[in-house]
Amino acid sequence: MSPRNMFAIFKKEIQQFFSSLVGYVAIIVFLALLGLFLWIFPDSNVLDTGFANLDYFFYVTPKVFCILIPAITMRSFAEEINTGTIELLSTRPVTELEIVMGKYLAALALVLMTILPTLIYFYTIYHLALPAGNVDIGGVLGSYLGLLFLGAVFVAIGIFSSAITTNQIVAFILAVFLCFALYISFDYIAQFSTFLGKYDYLVASLGLSSHYDAMGKGVIDTRDVIYFMSVISLFILSTRTALSSRRW
Amino acid sequence: MSVKVTNLTKIYGTQHAVDGISFEVNKGEVLGFLGPNGAGKSTTMKMLTCFIPQTSGSALVCGFDTASEPLEVTKKIGYLPESNPLYYDMYVREYLEFMAGLHKLGSITQQRINEMIEVTGLTEERKKKVGQLSKGYKQRVGLAQAMLHNPEVLILDEPTSGLDPNQLVEIRSLIKQLGKDKTVIFSSHIMQEVQAVADRVIIINKGKIVADDSTEKLQSRLGNEVVVTVEFKQTVDQALLRSITGVKSFEKLKDGKWNFVSESGKDIREDIFNFAKEKNLTLLHLNKEEYSLEEVFKQLTR
Repeated sequence: MSPRNMFAIFKKEIQQFFSSLVGYVAIIVFLALLGLFLWIFPDSNVLDTGFANLDYFFYVTPKVFCILIPAITMRSFAEEINTGTIELLSTRPVTELEIVMGKYLAALALVLMTILPTLIYFYTIYHLALPAGNVDIGGVLGSYLGLLFLGAVFVAIGIFSSAITTNQIVAFILAVFLCFALYISFDYIAQFSTFLGKYDYLVASLGLSSHYDAMGKGVIDTRDVIYFMSVISLFILSTRTALSSRRW
Repeated sequence: MSVKVTNLTKIYGTQHAVDGISFEVNKGEVLGFLGPNGAGKSTTMKMLTCFIPQTSGSALVCGFDTASEPLEVTKKIGYLPESNPLYYDMYVREYLEFMAGLHKLGSITQQRINEMIEVTGLTEERKKKVGQLSKGYKQRVGLAQAMLHNPEVLILDEPTSGLDPNQLVEIRSLIKQLGKDKTVIFSSHIMQEVQAVADRVIIINKGKIVADDSTEKLQSRLGNEVVVTVEFKQTVDQALLRSITGVKSFEKLKDGKWNFVSESGKDIREDIFNFAKEKNLTLLHLNKEEYSLEEVFKQLTR
């Protein structure tokens, strides 16, 4: 695995994000939406609820990610296969894993760039609190980390969907479905406690939201980190397999 | 030898796209791949460049096996695919920098890019986005990308498609130039091009090799016959034409001309001239056709 190859692809993907509208629209729409929810809309804005916390932000962002991230990643492989540029990439001295990782890291970097400006929100509530600074910093940090991991998982899912179909719309819908499914569905399944009895906790812990909420408490539990990394690895390796099986 | 292909086969379902072909190409040789559409030229090239795996057989490029050592093979190869895929939203320079990065050119990147832009005649267009270029210039970008890392072997799938007559001349002479110290394999539909540029020709039909020879030898393979095209001012009775000596057969062409095939390499133009003089016919057109590669091609791929 050569970092130089990965970096070449990473750089190209980022260039493509920002020479097409994808990069700009993703960041602007995300921030506009969150800004509206958090500061303007009557039901949810921080100023009206009276509590200086970002709970709503961390509640709503994963759902926004379920739609935004598949939109960012839907073209990553599907377009290369459609335009035939996959033939260019496949005939270079780069391995499939390097191609997958390069694209993955670029999409992840874009997600990072959309989250970063929200630190202003943190700064704002820090000063809105009475007295200033009376905020659960550990919780916020943990939540941001959880959000990062969650975004990382969604990106892996999105890239995988893009690699298994040539149709970008199908890739998008599939990714949205998988993201939502992994995020929420296990919670719902766990609610069938009549069938599962004492296993309902176990089932819920298969889902992303349980680990995301756990991190949001401010404690970085290795179980959560391992969980996230495993899901990410699973999807990345599946993407690589999907890529090689194309050739046959 | 630079490229050695042994019994290479690619089967899609029941179709043998490439059926047990074997050939060798040496350094400094320019090989022209000829064949009708669907013959297996592109498929062979895709296997040589490690894009698709073979069903059976082997291909060695500079001693490296395409199946087991693709990373080594792809370092040695410059490839221009048939569809010339490009990243349309990148600028020319940006795109070449990306390709250079994949080949780890490092410090010589800018120098090589400048050279390639000059050699392929992209100087005027170098500031544009790839998508804004005309087809001919897109083709040149494809060529630039193939030669960028100075590979030992160049595999070009229809490199002159989409080029105008001026560009054709430039690119053909470029290929011939490159062939001097590299191995070049290119495919084409244009016989004159292969005649002009290639040292050797392989003709493929339905996945099998039907001819593998040097360009000159191939041309003279069917060279015993001489074909002369004739046009008379007046309409001539076929029975009369049979009386010309030395003519094996003749046929009337659509535009009123006649094709005469001689018996045994004899130049029958004089006989036809005498015949016309005898019968008081006016000769408007008397031309000896070179038995071209096109004829050989048609014969072998019927």
